[in-house]
Amino acid sequence: MAVASARVKSVAAAQSPYLSTAMFAPAALYILLLVGGPFLLAIFYAFSDARIGNTELHYVGLENFHSILQSPSFRVAIRNSLVFTIGSQIVVLICANILAIALENSFRGRGIIRFLILLPWVAPISLGAIGWKWLLDSIYSVISWILVALHFYKPFNAPMWLGEPVLAMASVMLVHSWRIIPFSTVILLAGRTAIPKDIPEAASVDGAGFWRTQFQIVIPMMRPILSVAVLFGLIFTFTDLTVVYILTAGGPFDSTQTLPSLAFAMGIQGSDLAAGAAISLFLVPLLVILAYFMLRVARRSEVN
Amino acid sequence: MAVVETRNLTKVFKEGHLGAVNNVSLETREGEFLVFLGPSGSGKTTLLRMIAGLENPTSGEILIGGQVVNNLSPRDRRIAMVFQSYALYPHLSVYKNIAFPLKAQKVPRDQHQKKVEWAAGLLGIGALLERKPRELSGGERQRVALARAIVREPAVFLLDEPLSNLDAKLRASAREELERFHRSVGTTSIYVTHDQVEAMAMGDRILVLNKGVVHQLGTPTEVYDDPADTFVATFLGSPPMNLAELGDVIVGFRPEHFLPAVNVTGETVPLQLKVENTEYLGSEWIVSGALVGGKLNAKKVVSRLTNAQHLQLDGVYDFVVPARTLKFFDRSTQKRVNATGVTWQ
Repeated sequence: MAVASARVKSVAAAQSPYLSTAMFAPAALYILLLVGGPFLLAIFYAFSDARIGNTELHYVGLENFHSILQSPSFRVAIRNSLVFTIGSQIVVLICANILAIALENSFRGRGIIRFLILLPWVAPISLGAIGWKWLLDSIYSVISWILVALHFYKPFNAPMWLGEPVLAMASVMLVHSWRIIPFSTVILLAGRTAIPKDIPEAASVDGAGFWRTQFQIVIPMMRPILSVAVLFGLIFTFTDLTVVYILTAGGPFDSTQTLPSLAFAMGIQGSDLAAGAAISLFLVPLLVILAYFMLRVARRSEVN
Repeated sequence: MAVVETRNLTKVFKEGHLGAVNNVSLETREGEFLVFLGPSGSGKTTLLRMIAGLENPTSGEILIGGQVVNNLSPRDRRIAMVFQSYALYPHLSVYKNIAFPLKAQKVPRDQHQKKVEWAAGLLGIGALLERKPRELSGGERQRVALARAIVREPAVFLLDEPLSNLDAKLRASAREELERFHRSVGTTSIYVTHDQVEAMAMGDRILVLNKGVVHQLGTPTEVYDDPADTFVATFLGSPPMNLAELGDVIVGFRPEHFLPAVNVTGETVPLQLKVENTEYLGSEWIVSGALVGGKLNAKKVVSRLTNAQHLQLDGVYDFVVPARTLKFFDRSTQKRVNATGVTWQ
């Protein structure tokens, strides 16, 4: 692929020196306007006292960062963000690997099952989250109703899925995993299909059982594609606002408050644009590290 | 070491379709080098994969060392297989590739190094142990695959076209090496190939397959000199045997037995050849043309001669076939029959 794209590029360049620039421009413009602009604006706001509804703006230096670092909710949000991101990525990786193994070999109805598994990814995230909000509702929860019907809990005594700190975090993580799993499954499935059939066969002739073949041969061979899935998953999760906002809005008692939801709560809902901007800037160093690894993986898979 | 046996082994991939392997019964001999030879799609690889346990037979039995292994997984069959692609584990070093079967078979860890070094030494790759497969040449990869196969001293070796990925020059030397290797370890081996030269050169016996059916099982001399039917007769030999229909029989004679009349004594069948093309191949000439006169007028035939310089294009020459080299086949069954009274003219 690298060779093909290089050839296309050189042909285009031979036709006109401006053609490649022109083809590239919309993407560059899009990124500059929709990502670069707001990013610069956030840096600008973070050093000011900008508030919604206030037209005046003063430079305040590092004061915003200072007060954020003092605030207990910020420290909780950082911890929650890490728990939420890493926890749901672990769930995603395990489930996506299992699904990819199950879907690798053809069987009757595989097409329909693939479609069903992909559904959470194509459905609008907000609608899916609202659906889950009802499933996990404190009064109308279908899940609680089933558990009560199965006599796991007495009526009106079922767990408050979104109302207790630990359960709420677990619920948010699982719903987010539900959302990311299809994406990871598709990537891992592609990675598995790319491994020549001979290799797991050779492993089985060599005496390896299922687990050894998976953990010592197949998964290590999938490492590049696995890291693509993990890095994308980490970024999607770390920056996610929708699931947390719709299900718990960060509650109860900030127990599911993540950096993005805190930034939204302070900056937009609390009108303190400057604080919101400063909080979201804390995402940058982490995302830069992730982006660096992504680029490295991308370059390495290009070389191979 | 063990004997591999199949009984009425059949594999049908799609119900209602022709089987890839049909009713194959065979038995290897202790320590022998058996070659499955056939064109692509002849079922030879499927047959091998069933013996390896990578493919489930539709019916029939497979026995290794006298034990029915149909329901055993590949790991329990005590076999080793070398794949066409070698199937080396790309993320593991040569050492770890060779040690993998030992780990998988739970051989005590303190024996690994000794065994890996023994296998690597046998194949002359002791210096490559730290490399990754992608840093090896084709020939080196093949040796690693062989070392990985031999390291746990399997009862049977299965080799699926292991030379087909090598270039022609390397192939000849790799073939020789493989023969020497087999002589030194003496393990019963089954070798799949579509290359008749490999089959003739390496096989103790050759199983000739086509469309999943066994056409002949015999030593290289037997399948070449006494082909069981027209398929074997034409598949082995380059150029293939000349076949001509005469009444109810098909008469066959090899190009090297179709010679200018002056060179031959003894009982012969005289034929006239109109030369249409000659090819000089260094050590020999391939002369193709058409017979003239008699029942076989205009029949295309090929001759292989050590010298054909004197033959002119479009010239008609007296050729003969020594009577004892003629083969006869039944026209309807294509099977070999005994010499019958054939009228040539």
